[in-house]
Amino acid sequence: MDMRTPLGKVRGLGSAKDGTEHFWLQRLTAVSNLVLVSFFVCFIIAHSNSSYAEVRAALGNPIVAVMMGLVMVSVFTHMRLGMQIIIEDYVHHEGVKVVLLMLNTFFSFLMGALCLFAVLKTGFVG
Amino acid sequence: MAKATNNRPLSPHLQIYKLIPTMASSITHRITGGALYFGTLLVAWWLIAIATGEGAYDLVSAIYGSFIGRLILFGFTWALVQHLLGGLRHLMWDLGYGFEKHFATKLAKATFIAAPVITILLWIIGYSVR
Repeated sequence: MDMRTPLGKVRGLGSAKDGTEHFWLQRLTAVSNLVLVSFFVCFIIAHSNSSYAEVRAALGNPIVAVMMGLVMVSVFTHMRLGMQIIIEDYVHHEGVKVVLLMLNTFFSFLMGALCLFAVLKTGFVG
Repeated sequence: MAKATNNRPLSPHLQIYKLIPTMASSITHRITGGALYFGTLLVAWWLIAIATGEGAYDLVSAIYGSFIGRLILFGFTWALVQHLLGGLRHLMWDLGYGFEKHFATKLAKATFIAAPVITILLWIIGYSVR
């Protein structure tokens, strides 16, 4: 016996109502992180001993600035999704869980906004 | 209502099972992910210092360049590489490959060897390009 409604089948979102979106976005950002975080690590290695002026000039390069911005978007999306899973797995009290899920989103967006603004400011000033 | 579920028997938890490589790598993947989550504070501090000015940048450079700072950044690098290698395994599994038991065990062991090696190599490269 099939208990699902025709509409439910067409939407294909399941009981969580968001289908495979979380899973897919986690994998998408995992793949983009492979490239972007490698770029970030290379940048850090190349500038581990640089003066302030040198680092600023490097981050003023449009391609570097855009890559850095993408690093932040990809990383903060990925880490928000990951921490959400950890909270959902281990926190069983409904109220505490909802509060932690909110804090997770707030933290990820705050970190993302701070990093993005810093990258943009440095990039625009040159 | 909540009371009815309180005394239900629980399935065995982690401490019941023998720690095998795939289990250890799964746990490590979670812990490194959680650590990297908070490690972004260090990235944010560094970027904000650059956007703020030379004084802020020099302060962060001095702290990150200190012995303890380097130790933390070394751990950060390891967590990043370990999580990256663990993530590659997950992508492989997502594509439907690598589920054979002995292969999965070997691969789990390999990540625990490869991650520290790659981390040390990255730091050697970091010091040699100065």
